[in-house]
Amino acid sequence: MDLSYGPQYEAFRAQVRHFIETHKDQAPRRFGVSRPAPEVLAWQRLLIDNGYAARTIPKEYGGFGAEPDILESRIIAEEFTKAGVPTGLANQGISMFVPTLLELGTPEQKAKWIKPTLRGEIVWCQGYSEPGSGSDLASLQTHAVEDGDDFIINGQKIWTSTAHAADMMFCLVRTEPDKPKHEGISYLIFSMSTPGIEVRPLTTMTGHAEFNEVFFTDVRVPQSQIVAGRGQGWYVANATLKHERGMLGDPNQAGTRFKEIVDLMSRETVDGTRLIDNPVMRDRLMALQARVLAMQFHGLRLLTAAQKGEDPGIARLIVKLQGCEINHQLAALAIDVLGELGVLYGESPHLRAGGVWQHRYMFDLGLIIGGGTAQIQKNIISERGLGMPREPKAAKA
Amino acid sequence: MEFGLSQDQKLMQESVRRTLERVAPLERIRRAAGARETVAADIWEALVGLGLPGLIVPEEFGGSALGLLDAALMAEMLGRHVAPVPFLATIVMAPAALIEAGSDSQKETWLPKLASGEIRAGVAVSERASGAREGARITASGGRLNGSAMFAFEAQGADLIIVADEKGALHLVAGKAAGLTLTPLETIDLTRDLSELHFDNVEAEPLAGDSGRALSRMIAAGRIILAADTLGAGDMMIEKAVDYARERKQFGRVIGSFQAVKHLCAEMAAELEPGRALIWYAAHAFDTLPDDASLMAAHAKAHLSEAGRFVARTSTEVHGGMGFTDLLGLHYWFKRIGLDRQLLGGPERLRHEAAVAQGLAAA
Repeated sequence: MDLSYGPQYEAFRAQVRHFIETHKDQAPRRFGVSRPAPEVLAWQRLLIDNGYAARTIPKEYGGFGAEPDILESRIIAEEFTKAGVPTGLANQGISMFVPTLLELGTPEQKAKWIKPTLRGEIVWCQGYSEPGSGSDLASLQTHAVEDGDDFIINGQKIWTSTAHAADMMFCLVRTEPDKPKHEGISYLIFSMSTPGIEVRPLTTMTGHAEFNEVFFTDVRVPQSQIVAGRGQGWYVANATLKHERGMLGDPNQAGTRFKEIVDLMSRETVDGTRLIDNPVMRDRLMALQARVLAMQFHGLRLLTAAQKGEDPGIARLIVKLQGCEINHQLAALAIDVLGELGVLYGESPHLRAGGVWQHRYMFDLGLIIGGGTAQIQKNIISERGLGMPREPKAAKA
Repeated sequence: MEFGLSQDQKLMQESVRRTLERVAPLERIRRAAGARETVAADIWEALVGLGLPGLIVPEEFGGSALGLLDAALMAEMLGRHVAPVPFLATIVMAPAALIEAGSDSQKETWLPKLASGEIRAGVAVSERASGAREGARITASGGRLNGSAMFAFEAQGADLIIVADEKGALHLVAGKAAGLTLTPLETIDLTRDLSELHFDNVEAEPLAGDSGRALSRMIAAGRIILAADTLGAGDMMIEKAVDYARERKQFGRVIGSFQAVKHLCAEMAAELEPGRALIWYAAHAFDTLPDDASLMAAHAKAHLSEAGRFVARTSTEVHGGMGFTDLLGLHYWFKRIGLDRQLLGGPERLRHEAAVAQGLAAA
């Protein structure tokens, strides 16, 4: 156990702080709802140029080109969070498509797509889930049929965030209908302005259209826009999902939210008594603090394991399940602290913090379901982590 | 930055685990429990052979001068094997108090003998850590103690008992002191000893230094050890549930292939595993970040008590009717976790202390 970073890293931390101090006035205050606002793009370029975004992406592809160093990444995240200054963009293109392309793309694909994606100039959406293929993603039915040098795509995707604003989609389609389900899928990339694509917003329980449905009718895509070859799509998708699950359930976000609730409970009163002075509410708060702390230290443990190249086993598999659950419980506590104020919504003048807890209470439930449902996570934990048997295949009817 | 165990720590934990697998199989636990034997001599000797008693005692007094993190790793193994041996009081809490606030002569008198395993120590501080029940109260005056203390740990056969009086001052009492009556308490957990002590003008020597600090240190240490004990016992209950679910067949398939069963196993692992890092941090804080120690100890014990309770009942359910019987002996772990939860403060009390420590509640 050694929780100090040592002089070399502390010097790095000082550099990061200096950068934040001298540039924080340029940090964007307006983010743009679905496409990054111009000041966000400028900020992203500044961060990349200084190595605080796209830090380990090779220079030739528009990144900063630093050697991967988990502690440096952590220090950057810590300092930006502490200063309340936004870090670089973390959209699906940057977080999921770029790492996938780096691992499996051709030199031409990397040269063409990575740089503008990193800079936020190209916005991507992910075409994976379908109405009939959620947890059982490999059963997907959207198909692409060969026609000369092209594929012709027909079918439908769902849960496609930012599809309405995206320039491009990375998409799973069935190209080999006669092969077993996992082996018949290909990973295609194409422009969202290709004729035959229709995007319909999908309004969720929050009242906002956070997702879309995307319909394909005879969409023509050159065969060259495949990543990693025909029938390799399932393998490519797993490389991507690994990056997605890493994004969900971040314990440091829970730590920030915990502090917000302490503030909320210290401010809000019922009959003149602060909620923090209500022993039942305070007990819930403390129980959640222990859970948040446990997950934060758990995160440090995983960080050290990653640094040493050790496989943390089951410890890694529980993060999405527990992290999303704790976030939702935090939101639930905040709502209960607010009481009737917690059911106000929309433009009510009595809203606290712009209704952010109401939104999180619903949206965070979506995160328990999305990115691999809690039930799928439990399958993964029990099968891969505990070595329990898989569900036997259902008998064919 | 390294948040993890050193190679030495892993090796030491492994060697204690192997030793306990050898000397403390379930049949041995059963025999000890049947005979109300809370110091199983052969198991204790094996642990003395590994140098456990001197774990946190400074080298000048014959110990290994290791930290509470090392002690927590050992406690985890003892919980894992529901070992009927003293540890909490004699190896951790009593030495911690002496190290913190003993005079030179008190340290020289007691620490070397504790470190060698030649003698054992009990502690009677429950009234100060979880509140007084049954009107228990110790008064100190003129070097004499009067009154009673409930739920003293590992006091049976101890040569030294460290006692907190009603003001939180600590006293050293000889195990065979005149006027001291010890009545063993029968508990659900037959692997550990709790006693009720009565003091009738018993001669006592005050602990020399800052008793208040020593008391809070020893309670924090004890809470971390109990959390680690629960972690180890919980780990074992998960392993047993998984093993059972992979063997037991119903409806023509192993029950572990039913999601209803395997999701319970996944939930147990997901609830318990993050507690490991919380214990590591709390113990590390005890060793190097003392300002953080009491808060983290309270959180660690409260959190592990909750996760432990969930694992204890869920593992029993996965075992079905067999989990409820004495045949499998699963109840030893269930009861160990049940005892850990109540000692040195239950979760509600600990969470209140955590709030107080952060200025979020009045004491």
